[in-house]
Amino acid sequence: MSEDMITVAMPKGRIFNEAVELLRRANYPIPPEFDESRKLIIEAPEAGMRFILAKPMDVPTYVEHGVADVGVAGKDVMIEEKRDVYEVLDLKISACYMAVAALPSYDPKSEVAPKVASKYPNLTSEYFREQGEQVEIIKLNGSIELAPIIGLADRIVDIVSTGQTLKANGLVEIEEMIAITSRFIVNPVSYRTKSAQIDDMVDRLAEVVDQGVEAK
Amino acid sequence: MSKLFMFEKPLGMRDTLPELHQLKHQLKQAISSEAASWGYDPIETPTLEFHETVGTASAILDQQLFKLLDQQGNTLVLRPDMTAPIARIAASSLKNEERPLRLTYSAPVFRAQQREGGRPAEFEQVGIELIGDKSNSADGEVISLMMASLESSGISSYQIAIGHIGFVNALLKEVLGNDTRADRFRRFLYEKNYVGFRKEVEKLPLSSIDQRRLYELLRLKGGPEVIESARKIVESKQGKEAIDQLEHLYRVLEAYGLTESIVLDLKLVMHMSYYTGTVFEAYSKGLGYPVGSGGRYDQLLEQFEHPEPATGFGLRLDRLTEAVGKTKSPVLKDTCLIFSNERRKEAMEQAKKLRKQGKSVVMQELTGVNNVDAYSAQFQDVVYYVGSNGNGGTST
Repeated sequence: MSEDMITVAMPKGRIFNEAVELLRRANYPIPPEFDESRKLIIEAPEAGMRFILAKPMDVPTYVEHGVADVGVAGKDVMIEEKRDVYEVLDLKISACYMAVAALPSYDPKSEVAPKVASKYPNLTSEYFREQGEQVEIIKLNGSIELAPIIGLADRIVDIVSTGQTLKANGLVEIEEMIAITSRFIVNPVSYRTKSAQIDDMVDRLAEVVDQGVEAK
Repeated sequence: MSKLFMFEKPLGMRDTLPELHQLKHQLKQAISSEAASWGYDPIETPTLEFHETVGTASAILDQQLFKLLDQQGNTLVLRPDMTAPIARIAASSLKNEERPLRLTYSAPVFRAQQREGGRPAEFEQVGIELIGDKSNSADGEVISLMMASLESSGISSYQIAIGHIGFVNALLKEVLGNDTRADRFRRFLYEKNYVGFRKEVEKLPLSSIDQRRLYELLRLKGGPEVIESARKIVESKQGKEAIDQLEHLYRVLEAYGLTESIVLDLKLVMHMSYYTGTVFEAYSKGLGYPVGSGGRYDQLLEQFEHPEPATGFGLRLDRLTEAVGKTKSPVLKDTCLIFSNERRKEAMEQAKKLRKQGKSVVMQELTGVNNVDAYSAQFQDVVYYVGSNGNGGTST
């Protein structure tokens, strides 16, 4: 591995495509056949980068431990994982928000033993503690919408981007919690030892992010 | 709680096996002798301290302290750092010693881990404290001694980031007026959440000049040119003083010829809330976490009713070991003498002779080992004193 290669941890899927697009717009020479690859590690030597494709929830972990210098992670993951990394730039991609949702028949007054299902137990617990509400949190790994329908929990906390999934499952949003976008994060040591390349990367990305927002 | 497993240890507690111990010992030795050659005197303090005194002075989060009760019902803590106990000593037993005091320590400290239990909750810190000297030369000395320590422990590629918490505090106070707001910004800086910092700036009804000053703070990173840009965004006396100090310090480090591995980063805010002036962190290439940190704490000794300026650093031995350990190959032990009963005396004499030459010698009776070949493979030299013919076989 070249000393000066930057290792980038990225989630698979939508964030990856949008982030790679940003890098291209920031004039990093990333080959076009890049997107369809199914490999876990992809090299882009022309751009001086190496990409690790990870589960979204794991990106901050790779970066915290320094096996990746930088990464792209959703704010939801950052709040849930609370990793010791630099959060240097809001990439403003993959915008969505966290929300509390339930069946339309949900009535807070008739709740006996409040239960909330979520993929984000820490974030959920923190949110409800802040509200002074005591709830039981049920951690699920996916298909959260199922929980209220089959009676596992009264409410769920999940990411909402278009609201289609909630609607399709007959759920309604009760509360919008936090706006989420993807962040550019940096390992504390790489932030120092590879500062020239990383600062340059941040500046170039910041520029295209701002252009992108103005264009909208 | 579920039943404990047979070999389970309390969360974050680790054993140090011989090979690692040797490496750790070498590093400790290297740093201690470096500190000694700069005139620092070693000191030891008790593992247990009162929660009310050292525990609260230490600035480690309360939930990270290991607490227990003594027989009188006082709350004790396993010391979470060495700076607070040394401040206690400086303010009591060493109160009347001539200043400045130069002290060094090497001791385990204890911080409970809440997440990812595998992280060490007990780790050794090696460091120094320079008490009673408020000059910038003192800060310069501490930083250059830290760099010398890193080098003598075999870390060649490292970097030090230097900031000034007094500057950050002065700027935040000027712009934001009250401490509650300033605390929120300090917290973002401590969490290294610059996105949050910027969003918070947008949220507040600040003049565009003040907004720009806060954004500028995030850009104050780099070489000596940073000092001038920083001077432009503060107006208060404290802020200007902080910048003067930093400029002085930079000159001191220039005189030491050390500026190559140094970066100024004025947004650096560390977890120890007792820091008042210069703060710094050390990073080694190839390791994801800082190996050590330090700074000036001019108000800590006040808590022990003996106000005086002080500065110091601490290196984390576990991380240093990790940084160095990656490059070292396993070492073979020196010599093993395998003997049988008849020739014990002969082997003993040989062992004595070799030990005098500074070699480590293991004496092992033949009947005491199960697999002689596997056992002797751990040594550079193996000499057999076996049988009665007087010709001990030798293998290397």
